[in-house]
Amino acid sequence: MNSPDSFGAIYNFVSGPLVWVAFIVFVGGSIYRFYDLIKLVNRKEKFIYSYMSWKYSLRSIIAWVTPFFPVNMRKHPVLTVVTYVFHLCLLITPVFVLGHGVLIKNAWNVRWWALPESIADFMTLMVIIGCIFFLVRRLVFREVKYVTTMSDYFLLAIVAAPFVTGFLCYHQVGNYDLLLILHILAGEIMLMAIPFTRLSHMLFAALTRAYIGSEFGKVRHARDW
Amino acid sequence: MAEVIEKTEQRIVDEGLDKGADKLTGDQIARVIKAVLENETGARLKVYVDTCVHCGLCSDACHIYLSQNRNPKFSPAGKVKRTMGEILKKKGRVSPEFIRDAAEVAYTECNLCKRCVQYCPFGIDVAYILLIVRRICHKLGVTPLYIQDTAHSHSVTMNQMWIKEDEWIDTLQWQEEDAREEMPNLRIPLEKEGADVMYSVIAPEPKFQPNLIYYTAILMNTAGINWTMPATPGWDNSDMAMFTGDNEIMGRIKRAQFDAAARLKVKKIVMGECGHAFRSVYDVGNRWLGWKMPPIPIVHAIEFYYDLLKAGKIKIREKYKKSVTLHDPCNVVRGAGLHEKARYVINEICENFIEMHPNREHNYCCNAGGGVINCGPPFKNKRVKSNSVKAKQIRDTGAEILITPCHNCHSGMEDIISYYNVNMHTKFIIDILYEVMEKPGD
Repeated sequence: MNSPDSFGAIYNFVSGPLVWVAFIVFVGGSIYRFYDLIKLVNRKEKFIYSYMSWKYSLRSIIAWVTPFFPVNMRKHPVLTVVTYVFHLCLLITPVFVLGHGVLIKNAWNVRWWALPESIADFMTLMVIIGCIFFLVRRLVFREVKYVTTMSDYFLLAIVAAPFVTGFLCYHQVGNYDLLLILHILAGEIMLMAIPFTRLSHMLFAALTRAYIGSEFGKVRHARDW
Repeated sequence: MAEVIEKTEQRIVDEGLDKGADKLTGDQIARVIKAVLENETGARLKVYVDTCVHCGLCSDACHIYLSQNRNPKFSPAGKVKRTMGEILKKKGRVSPEFIRDAAEVAYTECNLCKRCVQYCPFGIDVAYILLIVRRICHKLGVTPLYIQDTAHSHSVTMNQMWIKEDEWIDTLQWQEEDAREEMPNLRIPLEKEGADVMYSVIAPEPKFQPNLIYYTAILMNTAGINWTMPATPGWDNSDMAMFTGDNEIMGRIKRAQFDAAARLKVKKIVMGECGHAFRSVYDVGNRWLGWKMPPIPIVHAIEFYYDLLKAGKIKIREKYKKSVTLHDPCNVVRGAGLHEKARYVINEICENFIEMHPNREHNYCCNAGGGVINCGPPFKNKRVKSNSVKAKQIRDTGAEILITPCHNCHSGMEDIISYYNVNMHTKFIIDILYEVMEKPGD
């Protein structure tokens, strides 16, 4: 990192080939997880299809993406607000932050919609605050602490890292070159972790909701929220 | 304080669990776990385990967690951690002592009421996971003694209470004879082919509460229902095998019931006020037999009363005066959505209905269902102490009468009422309906 040349080489590597690797692992891994799951259903629990209902799947999913609609969300108002803000910022910021837009423009000459910098900065902060909140919850609340494993802290770190490093980069705090490379690496690690860790709830949450929503709606005639 | 209580809590002695575990070897445990996980589970278990983010949000759903000083080991996710979590982490290489304790968790610390499913953002079915644990324990022969006895009874007699065929018929004829004093032309028609309705009960009714059969006979005769009851096995719709994890016996019992209904060529099966039996015929046993939905329509008592009142086949002489509240049983409310019909029936027959809170699908469990009360006296203290939230919930209504249209709930509530000195009495809907309905002799 001391000489500009070695920085350039590393930068080119992590922002070039490694990005491709990360996206291939993320997309390929996600497709594989879905494929594997469908194969498993077909082999062992084919009956699931006969209980699935679009109407009740959607009813359940819509109920659970609507803030404060489910009873349990109303019981935990602070957590509900933090969770919504956290997830929205987590998904939107990386896609529309100006810096990423510039990279896309440079690589493919595609115009990309970008968030105003101050807003992206604020959203990044929200993700970091969300991670701290979740960490404190895990450490302080007995019912969360009891079911927490080391892997949960690890996952929190994986999620927090790209945002913390990105935030420091943007504000030029610390060694910019080092942080930039760490930021890119952290983002790549997070992407690759999604299909193969509990971050896979990003892929499967809609499916578990759809299944239980169908069971509750079609067979049990009861609300599942 | 919570820790002090935990330490002084005595280890519960149950011969079924203790002696069952004594006979186990590590290899046998690993083999059985592998067989169950490979042959009987699939995508659901895998996704549930992979998706749970350990957020702890299921905790507030559980009456046991809430009643045990919010001790996290009793939260739904906590109970999974202590059972299936360890099993998967150790790839089935767990000790006999572990299986004994896991069995105690699965059989006596979870009622499979599925309230937590409604509190999980992903809709993870913890009851399903704990049923798999029960299945493993059953296959290893580590089941609580009392509930295992009822499963044995099912397998030998096709009913839960070791009732012999002649005793069954005799009980019905005895109730018929008694009821004829009140209604001289009354019949309890046995084996009537082509009747519209086959009425089925759980075995504890002829054993301990034959008056419920009496009341129903009066109801059927007053409403002019073309009904029958089978004189052969298949009359009992209860199913403790479903709760011990003995799916094979469960299948046999349900088959006997569907066979009896098919043989009698009835249009539908109406059943008494029981929750778990409804779950077994409507949701679980039928699936085991390969029926997506029951092969013959199943009508729970709540729905049957609703239909009778709605159609004007039963008229109310004078509404019940005492204040009543309703405990929504999980298996017919979270399991079949009968809560609004139950309220219609109660408002038709009672003057003063008071809601408890939470209610409907969100009602707290009775802590008796799911086979927990059937695990018998060794676990009674723990069961009653583990539902102080229920005592508070019913006490807060200030009602005089607690209506529980489910046998397990009914018995569980009686224990709670007496332990916590709640000034209340439990009744089935039929107890009140019989009292207030217009009868032909009136």
